[in-house]
Amino acid sequence: MTLMRDRTLLIIFTLFVLAAPLIFAPTGAAYPDLLQRFAIYGIFAIGFNILFGLTGYLSFGHAAFLGVGSYSAVWMFKLLSMNILPALLLSVVMAGIFALLIGYISLRRSGIYFSILTLALAQMSYVLAYSVLTPLTNGETGLQLRLDDPRILDAAGPEGFLPSTNLFGLEMKEVFWNPTVFGYDLQFNWGYYVSAVMLILSFWISIRIFRSPFGLMLRAIKTNQTRLNYTGVNSRPYTLAAFVISGMFAGLAGGLLASMDPLAGAERMQWTVGGEVVLMVVLGGMGTLIGPVLGAIFIKYFENIFSKINEVVLQGWFSFLPDWLSNFLVTIVSPFVGRGWGLTLGALFMIVVIFLPGGLVDGARRIMRKITGADRRAAKARNE
Amino acid sequence: MDAILLQILNGIDKGSAYALIALGLTLIFGTLGVVNFTHGALFMIGAFVAVTVGKVLDISKITIDPSRVDFLGNPAKIRTPYVTEWFGDFGLWLIEWSVLVSVVVAIPVMILIGIIMERGLIRHFYSRPHADQILVTFGLAIVLQNIIKAIFGANPIPQSAPDLLQGSVDFGVWVGMAENAVVYPLWRLVYFVFSMVLIGGVFAFLRFTTFGMVVRAGMADRETVGLLGINIDRRFTIMFGVAAAVAGLAGVMYTPISPPNYPMGMDFLVLSFVVVVVGGMGSLPGAVLAGFLLGIIESFASMPLIKDSIAAIGLPSIDQIIIYLVAVIVLLVRPRGLMGKAGMMEE
Amino acid sequence: MSKLILNRRGLLKTGAAVGAGMAMPTILTAASDGGYTNAPTGSTVTLGFNVPQSGPYADEGADELRAYLLAVKHLNGEGDGGMMNTFSSKELKGNGILGRKVEYVTGDTQTKSDAARASAQSMIQKDGAVMITGGSSSGVAIAVQGLCQEAGIIFMAGLTHSNDTTGKDKKANGFRHFFNGYMSAAALAPVLADRYGTDRKAYHLTADYTWGWTQQASMAAATEAKGWETVANVLTPLTTTDFSSYIAPVINSGADVLVLNHYGGNMINSLTSAVQFGLKDKMVNNKNFEIIVPLYSRLMAKGAGENVKGIFGSTNWHWSLQDEGSKAFVQSFGQEYGFPPSQAAHTVYCQTLLYADACERAGTHNPCGVGEALEGFKFSGLGNGDVEYRAEDHQCFKDVLVVKGKENPTSEFDLLEVVEVTPRAQVEYDPENEFFAGGSLGTCNPGA
Repeated sequence: MTLMRDRTLLIIFTLFVLAAPLIFAPTGAAYPDLLQRFAIYGIFAIGFNILFGLTGYLSFGHAAFLGVGSYSAVWMFKLLSMNILPALLLSVVMAGIFALLIGYISLRRSGIYFSILTLALAQMSYVLAYSVLTPLTNGETGLQLRLDDPRILDAAGPEGFLPSTNLFGLEMKEVFWNPTVFGYDLQFNWGYYVSAVMLILSFWISIRIFRSPFGLMLRAIKTNQTRLNYTGVNSRPYTLAAFVISGMFAGLAGGLLASMDPLAGAERMQWTVGGEVVLMVVLGGMGTLIGPVLGAIFIKYFENIFSKINEVVLQGWFSFLPDWLSNFLVTIVSPFVGRGWGLTLGALFMIVVIFLPGGLVDGARRIMRKITGADRRAAKARNE
Repeated sequence: MDAILLQILNGIDKGSAYALIALGLTLIFGTLGVVNFTHGALFMIGAFVAVTVGKVLDISKITIDPSRVDFLGNPAKIRTPYVTEWFGDFGLWLIEWSVLVSVVVAIPVMILIGIIMERGLIRHFYSRPHADQILVTFGLAIVLQNIIKAIFGANPIPQSAPDLLQGSVDFGVWVGMAENAVVYPLWRLVYFVFSMVLIGGVFAFLRFTTFGMVVRAGMADRETVGLLGINIDRRFTIMFGVAAAVAGLAGVMYTPISPPNYPMGMDFLVLSFVVVVVGGMGSLPGAVLAGFLLGIIESFASMPLIKDSIAAIGLPSIDQIIIYLVAVIVLLVRPRGLMGKAGMMEE
Repeated sequence: MSKLILNRRGLLKTGAAVGAGMAMPTILTAASDGGYTNAPTGSTVTLGFNVPQSGPYADEGADELRAYLLAVKHLNGEGDGGMMNTFSSKELKGNGILGRKVEYVTGDTQTKSDAARASAQSMIQKDGAVMITGGSSSGVAIAVQGLCQEAGIIFMAGLTHSNDTTGKDKKANGFRHFFNGYMSAAALAPVLADRYGTDRKAYHLTADYTWGWTQQASMAAATEAKGWETVANVLTPLTTTDFSSYIAPVINSGADVLVLNHYGGNMINSLTSAVQFGLKDKMVNNKNFEIIVPLYSRLMAKGAGENVKGIFGSTNWHWSLQDEGSKAFVQSFGQEYGFPPSQAAHTVYCQTLLYADACERAGTHNPCGVGEALEGFKFSGLGNGDVEYRAEDHQCFKDVLVVKGKENPTSEFDLLEVVEVTPRAQVEYDPENEFFAGGSLGTCNPGA
């Protein structure tokens, strides 16, 4: 039963992800950069959910792994090759090692002590990356490709141009198909499809972990760790494994970010980025399979689309209305969009936490139940 | 010697701010069991109460002075604050001492904000997991920040201390050192004294009043106190207001030290959480102790002498990360911080 | 909170296509149409204004945005034309750029390179912007400049002061009108030596990141050449808000000058601390103790309040300048918004006009053509005297203002006074100078 449901979910998810350039076209989000971000932050959130959603350990430090992944990838582009495969491999491995280190230290404590430990360790990484480690990270400016990088595996390209990141010749930034469908100009881009395949793979791995005995053990830790310990189970290896796995997902996400856009900045390691992934998971629905991806899309959509709605755009929207009404509406709406996008995001986030403890997935479920009347039928069944 | 004394002064000064915020956080945590990520924003709102009071006192009557021109070549506008027009010298005094006026205004305002927050939002989260509490208060902090940004802009807004308390004093002479050895800003000393009074006040309130006694009893065993027929909820609500006021007052008094802008609360939030955890969740003396301790350690870490000697052995400058480093070490050595209780926030 | 005051009708015209932002199909045209990325095909051309709208520099970003909107108005032939009337090049006719009406999109950089690049990407991929401009910090400017080079878009840098923007991180598609750390130091050192003497001991506090380091190195080199001694250079963490523990050791260090290589909130807090510790009134080595802030801006001065009085620094432009260009700009901006423009507003306004003018002269929006038109371009009438866009590194060379915090301000905007205008010849340098070497422009990239 569960197996069937999971398979259906995976198929629907795959179709949805592959058709995203078409699906998102009416929302204005169907351009390669944002779609890539949806997929990549989706991976980040899926990974984080394995730790937070299953074990309940709230880490504020996962941004550090995202950053480590990005730095590793860019170094591979600089030294070895513009092919993203070795870069992604190194990202995952380095993030894994880093996660093992931080996880080993932080998991000696639990609850808020654990959260603060991860926060402190991640902030340290950020501060060091920004200043002291500049030879390695290029500090404030961020690590970038340069014309004189060695790239020992690659043939020399045209003089004066930086080579593009690619997967065996498929360039990440190339739009390989550009049809017009229903009046929408669609852009199908290699970078997005590489991220999409990674996202689907991550989703599949996440399903497997959720349904495995290992996943069950992680849930047991969340439910009652003390009791688990009394039964003679040492829970720390399990939580550490979950921590490292989620760190590797973050590293993959970081590596992909750098593959789509070869720059790695220290801000990627700041605790607010780590906080953002918490928001994504909670918004979408923590502990659910699909929730983290929805949360990631929701937040990135806000950040990139809402922040661009300025007064002129609003005037355009309301231009069909009488002058006084449209002016009034622009005045009312403008504090919440454009430079006020943070306000709207914060408020929506609060609303979700207050009214939908299970996140967007919970909301969708409730609506579905309303529509199908499952509640009533269930109640009826109970009564009989 | 003088350099060390200076850094101790700097340390207790920084520590005062940390301790005040951490104290409020711990009060809320100890009474209501809520992890309040809005606390940094309350500190920031306190600072902006001072900004608002300054602006209100500065509301001016505008008269045109045709003899002078402004930057566009139009006749210049001369502004006379209404308070000076209405009250004369007393008005001038009010403007000059606006920080103290703000303290008086901030107490009721912050208590009110605290009570509204508790009744309107936090109350519904007592039975929810700690993660939910963290998230909803974090969301509220973002909203509050953005509201302040929409009203006051993002640029820091300078507030000056009263003339009498500006400038610096020769602290060294007071403790029997040579002249000009330890010169320290007067307002920072005022800040320290103020925070000691505030901290002392909170402790005395909890220790010596019946109200405080009930609250402490409630902190120890909420159910039993409830069974005794005491309305502990209302008292806890008031304590939330008190905690908000402590954070707000810390913010008001901080404005002459550092011009306030909207993200200031977030900067302090992370630090004060580190302070609370180092002190031990739920321990009031722990919070105060850890605040001062971290303030002093941070100050010492930024001394050129120490920075140089650490650089000499090939390590990066330590002042960047010292607070986090200390937090990590303390937590690894003492699982529940300096004075924390077992079982609190460990699930 | 300042509101954008705009003529609504004018906006509607401008806004019609831009308004499609969210719900309508993208107006991106096939990249290959004109042989370069986002070649405009219709009757309009879209520019991307990428400024900080959240984070500590949001007010600076808001002022930049005001200037951009003003520039768009002037380019489209509305308003009084501002500096278009005083600009030495007379190609701009008020009919948009190359006969195409100018439209724009805006984005929020959040002062983070990641967010800034995401925002610029959406302008390029979704809105079809043919030029990106903006930025209020060097890290962001360099990140976006790199992106524009890759995408085949012209980048006209806004407020970015690091040597690296046109030094080791320079790019063929990127151009900077603003001055840099080296020029600040070169302009300041002679004035400082003149006012404070050549026998001085300087203590540097430096923000611990790339901009801070380059600024400090430039200042130390320039002042040491005048005979000053650098006693110490202490790096302060970026996240510091209370600088007391860094200021305290200055007092008994034997130094008689404090140089604050800080910007934005860092500078406001460190200067406030320094003044609180009484450094400004101190006598050391029988000389008055002095504080110097190499890079000034009026918004920062406003944040530091009374504390800036009498303190020297440098700035790219100031509204009190009395040349025709500056007067026209201040008049135009002041009429529109009711207060004088900041240097950030000035530099981005200039950049927009310079871009438009270069397109007219090149007869195309093609980045390679525009770049060629800008390289080596000499002009005047934009408020900085005679200016040249140097071909070797795409840096503008112009006079630098040495300013001082005003002792008796007559209004809330009157915070700085211009002490001296250091002529361009004194701040010029070789592109392979030690502070700038190591980069290469590469080849201009038209994209597709």
